[in-house]
Order: sequence, then C-alpha cells, then structure tokens
Amino acid sequence: MDDLLADFLTETNEGLQSLDGALLQLEREPANGPLLSEVFRTVHTIKGTCGFLGLSRLESVAHAAENVLGLWRDGTLPVTPAGISLILNAVDRIKQIVAGLEATGQEPTGDDTALKAELDAAAAGQLPADPAPRAPEAPAPQMALTEAAPESAPPAPEPRAAAEPVAEVVGGNAPQTIRVAVDVLEDLMVLVSELVLTRNQLLQLARSEENAAFSVPLQRLSQITSDLQDGVMKTRMQPIGNAWQKLPRLVRDLSQELGKRIVLEMRGAETELDRQVLELIKDPLTHMVRNSADHGLESPEQRRAAGKSETGRIMLNAFHEGGHIVLEIGDDGRGLNTERIKAKVLAQGLTTEAELATMNEREIHRFIFRPGFSTAAAVTSVSGRGVGMDVVKTNIERIGGAVDLRSREGHGSTFIIKIPLTLAIVAALIVEAGGERFAIPQNGVLELVRVGDGDGPKVERIKDAQVLRLRDRLLPLVPLRRILSLSEDTPPADAGESFVVVTQVGAQLFGIVVDRVFDTEEIVVKPVAPILRHITMFSGNTILGDGSVIMILDPNGIARATGLGSEIAGDSAGLASQASAVARGPRQTALLLFRAGEGAPKAVPLALVARLEHLAADRIEQAGDSLVVQYRGSLMPLLPIAGYGAPPTGGADQPVLVFGDGDRALGLMVDEILDVVDAVLDIDQAGQRPGFLGSCVVNNRVTEILDTAHWLQQAKEDWFGNRRTETVRPRVLIVEDSAFFRNLVVPAVTAGGYEVTTVANGREALALRDADEMFDVIVSDIEMPELDGFGLVSAVREGGIWAALPMIALSGRCEPEDVARGRGAGFSDYIGKYDRDALLASLQECLQPAVAP
Amino acid sequence: MQQPQTLNTGGPPSRAALGADAAHMVLTLTVAGQQCGVPVLSVRDVLGVQVITPIPLAPREVAGSLNLRGRIVTAVDLRARLGLPAREAGKGAMSVVVEVGGELYSLLADEVGEVLSLSSEDRAANPPTLDNLWRDVSLGVHRQGGSLLVIFDVDKLLALSA
Repeated sequence: MDDLLADFLTETNEGLQSLDGALLQLEREPANGPLLSEVFRTVHTIKGTCGFLGLSRLESVAHAAENVLGLWRDGTLPVTPAGISLILNAVDRIKQIVAGLEATGQEPTGDDTALKAELDAAAAGQLPADPAPRAPEAPAPQMALTEAAPESAPPAPEPRAAAEPVAEVVGGNAPQTIRVAVDVLEDLMVLVSELVLTRNQLLQLARSEENAAFSVPLQRLSQITSDLQDGVMKTRMQPIGNAWQKLPRLVRDLSQELGKRIVLEMRGAETELDRQVLELIKDPLTHMVRNSADHGLESPEQRRAAGKSETGRIMLNAFHEGGHIVLEIGDDGRGLNTERIKAKVLAQGLTTEAELATMNEREIHRFIFRPGFSTAAAVTSVSGRGVGMDVVKTNIERIGGAVDLRSREGHGSTFIIKIPLTLAIVAALIVEAGGERFAIPQNGVLELVRVGDGDGPKVERIKDAQVLRLRDRLLPLVPLRRILSLSEDTPPADAGESFVVVTQVGAQLFGIVVDRVFDTEEIVVKPVAPILRHITMFSGNTILGDGSVIMILDPNGIARATGLGSEIAGDSAGLASQASAVARGPRQTALLLFRAGEGAPKAVPLALVARLEHLAADRIEQAGDSLVVQYRGSLMPLLPIAGYGAPPTGGADQPVLVFGDGDRALGLMVDEILDVVDAVLDIDQAGQRPGFLGSCVVNNRVTEILDTAHWLQQAKEDWFGNRRTETVRPRVLIVEDSAFFRNLVVPAVTAGGYEVTTVANGREALALRDADEMFDVIVSDIEMPELDGFGLVSAVREGGIWAALPMIALSGRCEPEDVARGRGAGFSDYIGKYDRDALLASLQECLQPAVAP
Repeated sequence: MQQPQTLNTGGPPSRAALGADAAHMVLTLTVAGQQCGVPVLSVRDVLGVQVITPIPLAPREVAGSLNLRGRIVTAVDLRARLGLPAREAGKGAMSVVVEVGGELYSLLADEVGEVLSLSSEDRAANPPTLDNLWRDVSLGVHRQGGSLLVIFDVDKLLALSA
C-alpha cells in the first residue's frame, strides 16, 4: 500500500472514531454550533482527500453526507434525530469502505445509490419520520466486503445493530500502529534508564558474592532489562528515510541550477535511529549533499573528458554498526585535490611543510574540516564559502558523533558520519580530582596524556597559567581541582603524577588536569536539580554501577568559565552575548603580561600572539641592521621592544612573542614573560606613545598595551618591505565600530599582507566611496550605529564604483539563518568574530583572481 | 553499597489514606537542638545516614547528592540553611526526602521524631523577634507540650538565594 493511502487511512480512522461520539452528542445538543462545524469539517476533509486519491465511491458518500451537514450548519435545516441516524448510517458506510480499502488496497464494490438518495432527499428537506426502513441497506455492502454475497445477508433487526460487526471489521483490519504521545515514550525511556542503573548495581553486588543464590535470576533479570531497553529504544526510533525525504527534490533543483546531471541513490532508508538524533542531523545532511553536488561532481563535459558517464551519482547509505548508525554520503566526482589542500594549508599557516610531509593523504584531507577552509575556487550560490565542513563537523560532534572522509582523486569522495543511536545513554570517562570522581563525556575527549616527574611530557607554567607542550603546540591546561575549588591538600594517588584529558570544544583544544583516570562507563545522563543549574561546569549527573552519584562535566562550560570559550564558534548565544557585551561595556580579555625595558609592565591581547618562544641566544643572527632567527624553515625578523638591539649574552634564552603566521612571522623580543591574566581592556590613551596604544590598569598596576600594528609596520619596513616591494598590497577597507575588535582585526589583516583602512560605520564607508577611494575588498561588521552592515551592503550593491567589490561580513552571530541573510543581502562571505584564520582565508579567496599569478 | 534504610516504607502518604487531618500533620525533626516540623504531605521518605557525594561549586547549603533507589536526590543541610553551627564531625545526619517541583530533595536533620497531628488552636504566628532567616522559611510556631515547634515551608527552605 502506498504511503499516501496509509496516511489517509490512519487519519480517516481517527476522524471516524471521533465522528460517532460527536454525532451522538449533537443529537443531544442540536444547537451546538462548534460541534456541528467540527463534524462538518471532518466529513469535508474525508471527502476532499478521497477526491484527491481518486476514491470515487467513498467520495460520493461523503459528499452526500456533507451536503446535509452543510445545510444544518447554515441553519437551513434543523438537526433532527432522524437526520443524525441518517448521517450515522453514512458514517458506517464510510467505515465499511475504508475497512475494505485497508484489507485490499482497493475500494470494495457496492451500491450506495439508496443511501445517497436518502441523503439527497434529506438535503431537500424530506426526512423519513422513522429510520427503520433504511435497515436493509447497511448490511448489504458489509457483506459485499466480507463474503462478496450481498444476497445472503442475515436480516438485521435494526440499523445500529448492523453497524456493530462493521466496527469489528474496522478494528480487525486497522493498521497495526497506534499513535502515542512523545511524552509517554520519554517517560518510559526514563524508567528504563533507571532500571538499567539498578540492574548495573545489582550486578556489581553479585560480583562480590560467590555462588549467590540470586545469581541465576539476576542473569535473567539482566537479560530482560537489556531486551526491554532495546524495545523501548525502538519505540523512539524512526527510519532515517524521514530525514532524506527532501533530498531528491533538492538534488533535482541543484542539478538544474548547476547544469549537472545527477542521480541520487539512497540505500538503507529504513535504518532507524532516535528521533531526537534524527532532527539534529537533518541540516548537516542537507549541507553535505549540497556539497557533493556542488564541489564533488564535475560538469558533464569534465566527466566525459575523464571517461566517466555524464551523469554523476550521489549515494546515501545508512546502516547500523555497534551502538552507532553509520551514514555515508558519497559521490563519484573528482575527489579531493590533495595538492591544492596542501597549498592552502600552508598558505593559511595551519601547519608547516615538514609536518605536512609526515602526513598521509587521509590526514591531509581532514584539513577540510578546519574552520574557514574551503578549496572551491569558484564561489557558487550553492555551497558558498566560509561556512563549510567545519560547521557540519561541529554540529555532528555536538551530538556525540564523528565525521571522517575517504577520497580518491578522480574517483570521488565519501563522507562517513558516525552518530550514536541515542543521546540518553552516553559513554563517559570516569576521572578523579581532589578525591572526588567525575564523568567526562567520551565524545569530547581526544586523548589522555600522563604527565609527571619522569621522562614523559611535563606541565609547564607561565606564572600561574599551566600549559602542556604537546606535539609542538601549546595546550592550555585547566586543573580540575582549581576550577571546581576542590581541596588542594589531598595528594593525588600517585604523588607527582597526574593526567591531562585533552578535550576539544569547537576549534579550541585544551587539557583538563585530573589526578586519576578510571575506565569508561555507559552512563545515563540525568539533569541536575534546579537549585544547581547555575553551575555551568556540569551538564548533568548520573549514578555509577556502584551506586554512587557523580557529576558529569561539561567541557563547553569549563571552556567558557575559564575564558577559553571566547573564540569558540558555534555557540551562538555565547557569541551574541559577548558581542553585545563588547558594544555595551566591560569585557574580560586575556592579556599576556611581559616586561620589556624600564617602566611599567607591558601587555598584549593573548589572541594576537601566535606563539611564545624561548630562543637560545646563539640562534639569533645579525642580518644587516636587523636581528633574525631561523624559525620553522624560514627567517623570522626579531624586533626589540625595549630599544636595544643586541641579543642576550651568556647563553641566556631570549623570550620572544611571535606574531603572524607561516613565513610572515615576526618576533618581538621581550625581557620576561610574566603572566596571562583576564582584565577589562579599558585603554587610557593618555599614556600613548609610538608602539603603545596607551595604558590600562591590570592587576592593580598601570600596564602599557602594545600596539601590535605599529610593530608589524616596523617589521614591514625592515623586512616585508624588501621582499614584497614588487607586489602591490591589496587594499582592505574594514568597517567596524568597536575599537576593541578593530584592534584585533587590523593587526591580523595587516600581518596577512594587506593594506588596511578603517572606518567606524557604514556611513563613513560610503563617504570614502563618494570620495572615489578604491579598495580590493571590504570587511564589514553587521551591528553598527548610523548605518549597519546590511544597510552598507545594499548601498554598495546599488551602484557606484564599489558595486562589484567582494564584501565579507564579520559578525558575532553565525547561525545558518544569519549567514543566509548575509549572503542574501549581497555579502560574498560571512565570518564569525573573531575567527582570524577564517577571515584571512576568506580575504585570500576573495582576491584570488586578482592576486594569484 | 549501602542500602537506604527506609523507615517509612509506604511510599508517599496519600491525602485520602490519611484523611483530612493529613493537612495538619507534621513530621518532627531536630536541628541543632531546635524542634522543627515539616508538613507530612510533602515528605516522601525518611532515610538513615547516607553516602552523600559533595557537589563542587554548589551553594553552601547543598551538602551533595545521594542515590535513592536510582533517583538522584539533592541534599540540603538544614543546619547550614538555617545559619546554625555545623554538625560535629563523625555524626551522620538523617535524610527527610521531600518532593518539590518534581525533583527530590533531602533535608538533612540531626534526628527525626514522629508524625504529629497539630490542632490549629496551638498555632501561633511567627514571633516578630524571630531571626529573619528563620522567619522566611517558617509557616508558624506550635506549642507542643513543653516545647515549641517551628513549622517549615518546604518550598521556601529549598529556595536558595544562590
């Protein structure tokens, strides 16, 4: 039976069930207008749908009944008991026909002329005084249905009795499904979770007792509990095909829009997963199919040239594997271009050539999941740029899933998504800190590192801030004891040794320092009591197998609480509130404090510093007037802040702040790196002097804030200038009202090799246009006084010399709707504040035709 | 693991079973020597000394959480809640489990007494000199034999100012 018909039957049966009761009530309350309207609507709906499905017999009966009901509703005819009986008869007939339809998929044959004639007569105002004469008609079609022998119908004593066997027929053939409120299923799930916990506790108890009498029944209980858990899980399951329904249409539209021939193949549509998870993967899935159609598949000409069929294939495949569902989205297109990715990775400074050389193809491909990474040279309206696979990855990881890909150049790419079947039960790592145990959801954990006094990795300190050098990157550490204010005096189990749980939140990696690590356990996530909800460090609590209650740590909350979250994309609420906090007033900024020369300590926003290095004095070389160091395969200029130009002597290390990326790095030599602190960056410009933006009170001390742009400028004259004289630096106009963000963006963009002009709002930007100033690209904030980003983009696109310029939106809000709105308004790209890498990548892409040789 | 020692095994007392008087019945507790009472209709369970897991960063009054037959119960120490000195080390507390807004909470008291039926004639309003902290959570004071019984409003006890 086709789905449409099945839906119709389910719906009609529900309508018919309520109709009997409603009609009987109407008989008692003939003046009940709303009830009458409801009855009319139900019959009308049935009639309408029948017409649509081509069920002519059903339609004609419903139509005749509807006529009478219509006249009642309009008040033209009075509602009489005889009339009600007649309608009830019509309803019974409809039930018979529906029952036949259910059994065979066809409308049963039968003659409704007499019934229709009566209904028509009633509509004409000629109602029989006594309903009895209609009795023989009802059983006739019913028998036509059950025995196909109307003549042999047993005489029915009165019409209502005739309806009863019909009702049985309806009951017997009803589809084997019932609708259950989602709440009921959720409650069941909760109860089963409790049961699983209790079972686990019992098993734990039983393990400590040999030959206990209850061990056999306990095994049985355990088995039944597992089965019950599976059963209840099944009630929440929906076929993944529900999330695929819109894809064939999407692919058809895409193939027209892109001028490609595409077929969509779907396998495993019946694979089931939790409805909550299903909702959450719909959007990423759509994005990936778009991606395959747009970037993956070639045009028909290219395909022919490559010796492939002109029609490209996109394949969706879903299947179960362990406690997960695996979803594959593949295409037989061009595959990923490893060389292009490599070039781009290097250009963006995501890694070094040496590191790239050690990576295999698959590892290199995975760079496409980095924020802001997109290799498509051409911008299309379909996939766009900027928001890409990183968003998909973040969304899938948020529900505890993982994304990977397989690609062969020329043969196509396949994305593999692995998601848990359900979110209610998760795998978690049990850790201990300060004598207490906690659970960390496994999906956020990348690796475990043992740190201690031995040969292994060590925790290092920049004053109070702990860091771990892990494979050449500095991992900020968050000691769990400290952030949870746990007692510092309980010594860790193994003195001097602890563990770092390397965790990823969005693009941010950090390590959580714990005393001990136990094993992983499947835990049932329970929300914490309302009086504890304000503690953002916890996402819930749970009961372990031994019966103890422990808290579940929320890596997101920890990152936010420690200031690591400030750059985390994807948390729109957090970003939005941050953005508005910037607009309104004080905001904590992580500042790196250092000492350089005489006078007050100096500080620079930590986000601007790419790396901190301690360079051995003998590595520093003199090149002409300036100092340089061989750094990551190229020469990095070093600038002294304190005004002296000599490297330290006597073998002491030189602390250096490294700015910029890749081969455009600049090192600032300082005397000593002091600390990293959070402070409100409230710059008093009174203390302004070259190289410093002004001063600010940090830790109760007046501190000079470094003007990063100034130092980069110095380096440019000394260094970049020589190398880049032959190239024209692309000009970027930055429209941004917040001085704070300007301070962050301008140095980064300048360091990226652009010439930057800034204005504070859209109106000032347009004034530049009217003054015939020309730029290569415009980067604009969205929320600004006077004229906001949307206003600016539409003014620019309207005409004038800037009409065709690429424009990049920079916004605190980066939800898909915002991105879509931005693109709709005419922005070429849309990037979250403050995602430096994405911005640089985007600038580079916007300018590619002009800059690339 | 320690099994909950349940004194009141009958589950939640229903209004019907206890009759109309249930509304006037209180369970008496002792907190730092002071006799108090909570309306019996809000009490779900009375437990002996339990293993309580402390919750980091929780409000001062929250002693931690405990496991009651697979449900997580948040324990609020009445001494801390009422501004009384902390219990001596080594002395366990009794748990009076109450349900508020669908969540279970345990009120930690030094001792749990009996269920009393109170007549409204014995009830007096809060004395104006009563400590503010107490006045906020008290429904009134009852003369009970030779002593005074402060009746708590459970909802207010659990409205922590955190």
